[in-house]
Amino acid sequence: MMNTATEIKENKTSPGKASVIIADQLTKRFGDFTAVDGISFEVSKGEIFGFLGANGAGKTTAMRMLCGLSLPTSGTASVAGFDVYKENEKIKRNIGYMSQKFSLYEDLTIKENIRFYAGIYGMTDKYIKENTERILQQLHLEKEAGKMVKSLPLGWKQKLAFSVAIFHEPQIVFLDEPTGGVDPVTRREFWNMIYQAAESGITIFVTTHYMDEAEYCNRVSIMVDGRIDALGTPTELKSNMKASSMDEVFLKLARKATRGE
Amino acid sequence: MSAVIVDNVVKKYGSKKEQVTALKGVSIDVKKGELFGIIGPDGAGKTSLFRVLTTLLLPDGGRATVDGMDVVKDYKAIRQHVGYMPGRFSLYQDLTVAENMEFFATIFNTTIEENYDLVKEIYSQIEPFKDRRAGKLSGGMKQKLALSCALIHRPSVLFLDEPTTGVDAVSRKEFWEMLKRLKEQGITILVSTPYMDEASMCDRVALIQSGEIMSVNTPQGIIDQFKNPLVAVKAATMLHLLNDLKEFPGQLDAYPFGEFHHVVLKEGNSENELKNYLAGKGWKDIEMKKITPDIEDCFMALMKS
Repeated sequence: MMNTATEIKENKTSPGKASVIIADQLTKRFGDFTAVDGISFEVSKGEIFGFLGANGAGKTTAMRMLCGLSLPTSGTASVAGFDVYKENEKIKRNIGYMSQKFSLYEDLTIKENIRFYAGIYGMTDKYIKENTERILQQLHLEKEAGKMVKSLPLGWKQKLAFSVAIFHEPQIVFLDEPTGGVDPVTRREFWNMIYQAAESGITIFVTTHYMDEAEYCNRVSIMVDGRIDALGTPTELKSNMKASSMDEVFLKLARKATRGE
Repeated sequence: MSAVIVDNVVKKYGSKKEQVTALKGVSIDVKKGELFGIIGPDGAGKTSLFRVLTTLLLPDGGRATVDGMDVVKDYKAIRQHVGYMPGRFSLYQDLTVAENMEFFATIFNTTIEENYDLVKEIYSQIEPFKDRRAGKLSGGMKQKLALSCALIHRPSVLFLDEPTTGVDAVSRKEFWEMLKRLKEQGITILVSTPYMDEASMCDRVALIQSGEIMSVNTPQGIIDQFKNPLVAVKAATMLHLLNDLKEFPGQLDAYPFGEFHHVVLKEGNSENELKNYLAGKGWKDIEMKKITPDIEDCFMALMKS
């Protein structure tokens, strides 16, 4: 768990564990504009990897390439062992995804949402039935299972969305600002779920605007103007930047940005 | 004098069968010229409160005044006097920057020139793009345009609903610096945010959760109300540490907080007792320090009390 942050200290690629994401000089251009400018990094199995950057730094574009939704202009990347150019359909099947903006269908019930997503990922009826019960129990939502998702408070919605995103036991789950606007108590419960998923071997790739959450990651990368300007454990980044907090690290790096959104 | 008075305001949504009470008797009193923060997570009732105060929603109970005018009876007059920047970008996407500004100025029977001094600092940053359509602006520029449009009629009270949500840490700092300078011009500002760390930028804040105000005070006042001893603890294996901390009989609460765990101690319990307890559990190389709570600690304590 959190201790792996110190165990993998000094290692940019965390050897000893297989890498489930490998990006090498990954680049995306839109016309003259280079949104992602040759980023290289590896993420190992079961790691919690924080992917930070200011608005417009290129995070979303990079994530879209890693999720198999957008083809890179140049460079290489493999995700869950599959090539982002040729095997993007296989990538989609082996990852989970949730974001703050879109996660569940508001006008489907909790149970229907689970069944819908599990069905899309080709889970069997038996698997869906057994695991739906398990999720509902874990989230204490047994009584609410037949209610529309829109009736749930945001914090519950986000916890449910995360459970749905890892329902098909993906190798990696991509979380795009999963805790935005969530109250501080629920935010911590959400991170507890992240730890449990990581412990079970699921790799977590997460973006956030909360700098205290950056501290909960094993390693953190910070994007500035399309490039990765810093990569390491929170402890390493703070000592390298002579900063007392991740907030300070982020401000020092992001202030250098020359481009807006 | 008060710029905004909210007295026991109630707002309910939905049919009788499935009713949600968004505001459960909220009361606040905002002084003229104050920079007042409404701090709480999504679903706490911040937007409902702003919509009642900007006369876009009728309250189901209680009363409220803005600049001495009643939000129900004097709604037309209030609309002349307040500026409102909703959480969702609400300008005309297919009008240019300049056209949006002119539109709002005209509606309020004024001109950009008349109040240019007020918006100058903000508007000058987007003026080079004045012929660009609003829909084509970046998030940060949209925000500056929306703020300029909300200010163009020189409102006496400005309502900003979550202006910094989803905005990165650097832009958030810049935005708050902008608000401080606006406040110096004598405008009363009510601003809502889910980010607890922004409380320190306000003169006073109201902490809101599930439609109820938990506390209203200066940021320092809220921190001073936190009576229990608070300790930050760090060790090599943080998750296991948290489990042990939660079992410490002298703790009221223990939770992760950035690189440390925070432990709220029951009154009469000291740091030393916690130290001994952890030593007894076999913990070595523990880093521990007594700390002053920040607003997030206070918010969680209030949520759980």
